[in-house]
Amino acid sequence: MSPILSVRNLSRSFGAIKAVDDVSFDLAKGELLALIGPNGAGKSTCFNMLMGQLKPSSGTVQLLGKNIAGMQPRKIWRMGVGRTFQITATYASMTVVENVQMALMSFHRKLYSLTTFAHTLYRDEALSLLDTVGMVDQAERHCAVLAYGDLKRLELAVALAHDPILLLMDEPTAGMAPRERIALMQLTADILDAKGVSVLFTEHDMDVVFSHAHRIMVLNRGQLIANGSVDEIRNNPQVQEVYLGGGTLFNAVQEDAHA
Amino acid sequence: MGLFIAQILTGLANAGALFMVASGLSLIFGVTRVVNFAHGSFYMLGAYVGYSLMQVLPGMVGFWGAILLAGIIVGLIGVIVEICVLRPVYSAPELFQLVATFGVILVIQDLVLMIWGPQDLLGPRAPGLKGVIRIMGEPVPQYDIALIVITPFVAFALWYLITKTRVGTLVRAATQDREMVSALGVNQAWLFTGVFFLGCALAGLGGALQLPKGGADLLMDFTILGSVFVVVVIGGMGSLPGAYLAAVIISVLNVFGVTYAPQSTLVLMFVVMVVVLMFRPFGLLGKEEVAGEHGQVGEPERPIKPAGNRIRLLVAAGLVILGLLPLYSGNFAVVLVTDILIFCLFAASLHFMLGQGGLVSFGHAAFFGGGAYAAALFVTYADTPMELALVLAPICAGLAAIIIGWVCLRSTGVYFAMLTLAFGQLLWSLAFQWGDVTGGDDGLVNIWPSDWASDNSVYYYIAFFLCTGGILLLRQAAHAPFGYAMRAARDSARQAEAMGINTKRVQLVAFTFAGIMAGLAGGLFVFSKGSIFPNELETARSFDALIVVFLGGVKTLSGGWVGAAFFEGIKDYLTRFEYWRLALGLSIIIVVILGPEGIVGSLRKAGERFGLLKVPEDAK
Repeated sequence: MSPILSVRNLSRSFGAIKAVDDVSFDLAKGELLALIGPNGAGKSTCFNMLMGQLKPSSGTVQLLGKNIAGMQPRKIWRMGVGRTFQITATYASMTVVENVQMALMSFHRKLYSLTTFAHTLYRDEALSLLDTVGMVDQAERHCAVLAYGDLKRLELAVALAHDPILLLMDEPTAGMAPRERIALMQLTADILDAKGVSVLFTEHDMDVVFSHAHRIMVLNRGQLIANGSVDEIRNNPQVQEVYLGGGTLFNAVQEDAHA
Repeated sequence: MGLFIAQILTGLANAGALFMVASGLSLIFGVTRVVNFAHGSFYMLGAYVGYSLMQVLPGMVGFWGAILLAGIIVGLIGVIVEICVLRPVYSAPELFQLVATFGVILVIQDLVLMIWGPQDLLGPRAPGLKGVIRIMGEPVPQYDIALIVITPFVAFALWYLITKTRVGTLVRAATQDREMVSALGVNQAWLFTGVFFLGCALAGLGGALQLPKGGADLLMDFTILGSVFVVVVIGGMGSLPGAYLAAVIISVLNVFGVTYAPQSTLVLMFVVMVVVLMFRPFGLLGKEEVAGEHGQVGEPERPIKPAGNRIRLLVAAGLVILGLLPLYSGNFAVVLVTDILIFCLFAASLHFMLGQGGLVSFGHAAFFGGGAYAAALFVTYADTPMELALVLAPICAGLAAIIIGWVCLRSTGVYFAMLTLAFGQLLWSLAFQWGDVTGGDDGLVNIWPSDWASDNSVYYYIAFFLCTGGILLLRQAAHAPFGYAMRAARDSARQAEAMGINTKRVQLVAFTFAGIMAGLAGGLFVFSKGSIFPNELETARSFDALIVVFLGGVKTLSGGWVGAAFFEGIKDYLTRFEYWRLALGLSIIIVVILGPEGIVGSLRKAGERFGLLKVPEDAK
């Protein structure tokens, strides 16, 4: 089966620094792919290029065979890519359900309508999306007063609004408490599994990565140094070296999580 | 050749005062994030204070001493303003500080009028520098040469202060991240006050220095403000070398403009600015201003809901009462309410793009005055009947808004605001200087309604239907998907773009829509007055709208028209007093400090406290 996303020789330099250097990988349908690496490895640069925030210096990004490298974020979204942000981005002056309705209005190209009342549009659809992320009982709440974990869940519902084929999640659990992290990622994995959406995510929390990713890629100094299954990565000496400076911390963390 | 050099020298000399005022503004903005509208007023104060000091201090030492002293005194006045007016509102949304500084403008205007009287003052000439020297046969005033020499020294001293001293390091650090600076133990309050002193002293110095060239008058605050904004925008906000460069460019250009194209001096300045910004959206030497995602300070705006049946009934009843006005009241009330309605539509259009879209325009009068001029020009030159002119006015204003919006929306935040101000000034200078067509200062007169509508009551109905219709349409737009898209673009442009919303296009459409409505108000205005003068395009007119929007309440849906109705209503009463500006200015400052939620917001608060309105669950 041909991959959903196919990245070839993606590079980006800032002056003399090669932030992302000749990165290539594929993402299959329904796959949950993690991109990890130490701070400054080039994860964010890589992500920003996939999402259209940043133009690549060279290389291609093919979504279902169509090159999307250098496209504007909104065009990439229209092609069926959803995203969530490292620091949540929601509309603070709207209610929770209106945040989701906004995405639906955009999807149905109703943005310039003047004659309808926005708060009634696509409301049921929005509520059912909120239901999938467990936020339906907070639908009428003011977005500005939500707890951070709830904002993350709301963002997920928003990202699912246009039935994406691919979801890009930049540190989906950043800034959350450990227990919440696992719960949110479990929820994400379940939803995506049910909908058959492919996911690429970056993450610093190894518990989350090792317990949910189907496959892991490791980026260091802009280059992909490893790409394989969870076990392969965990036992890859090169990864352990660059990521942790040796040691067996992964196993220790793993035990901790199950404790 | 001689003339050419002489002109360059004059331009360089004029650049001095402009640079000082602009660098002060830039400095204050960099550190405190306050766009100090009162900066022109401090410049004016510098001129007046300097003039008085020169009367008492004799000789050469007295003259230069007076200039220095004027700078220091104005700086101290700035300190008082900073402590009394700005300190209480630093935590309020940035735009409130703007409104507060506008209150300061009004207060200073009337205080200067009180102390120095209405007549223009002729500046004394500098002792020892009264003559001219001849350069290639052309006379150049000695004082100009002195200014050309002094300015780089001031610029250098400033540059040294900012880049080489500890104070300068603090100032630069605060420009980048003021929370961090205060977390590191720097007394932020006094740093702000110190910078305010320096900025205002520079403005005062500039005002005193130009005395021998231009004297002192009561209009110089707004006159310089436009040029200063242009200089700061062209040079790049926060860049001293940029401010100097831009001041020289603008001043030299002005001198040449006066010689070769006297009809277009003012226009020229803005054209240069637009061209510069097309290629460098953040000025020649400026860096991008990051407005920050946490641009919303203070209480977050509440979600909106269309009015329930009870409110709708209330509005309908109000409209009926208003609609029957000509039946139960006299001519005076009918004319007054016509004015109020027109101003309400104008303010509501600004409120729409400012409140829903977060687009702060300092030049909204361009569309109000633009629509009015369009209608007046059609009537004057093409004998267009009123009915058609009232259609053409909003169309022309809308077309202008598309062009102006397209250019301005390339920038964001304070650059956007300054660009709109500059375009407002551009249209004003067009109307003012293109006398052959627009009548210049004499305006266009005899623009009366068609015969059937010439009666005040009939015209009242026209204004009533178009204005209330416009306001209701704006309100409907706020509740429609389009209004939501505007808020999405404002709340988080990042998320909006990531969900397929073309934020720039949404904003351009909003800008145009607001322009159309302002143009309609302008068209109605010109037929109700029978004439139009350039002052309807003035920056002061834009500020009128801005102020009523803020005082009415930005974060409410009705703030625009309520504020407008209230202020247009009391203005009639207030302007009977001699020093009404002082009173208005003080009340603006007090409202900003005490009731930053505006009239509607405060009423809502009060209503909730006394149980008349239901408090939303999340607002408790």
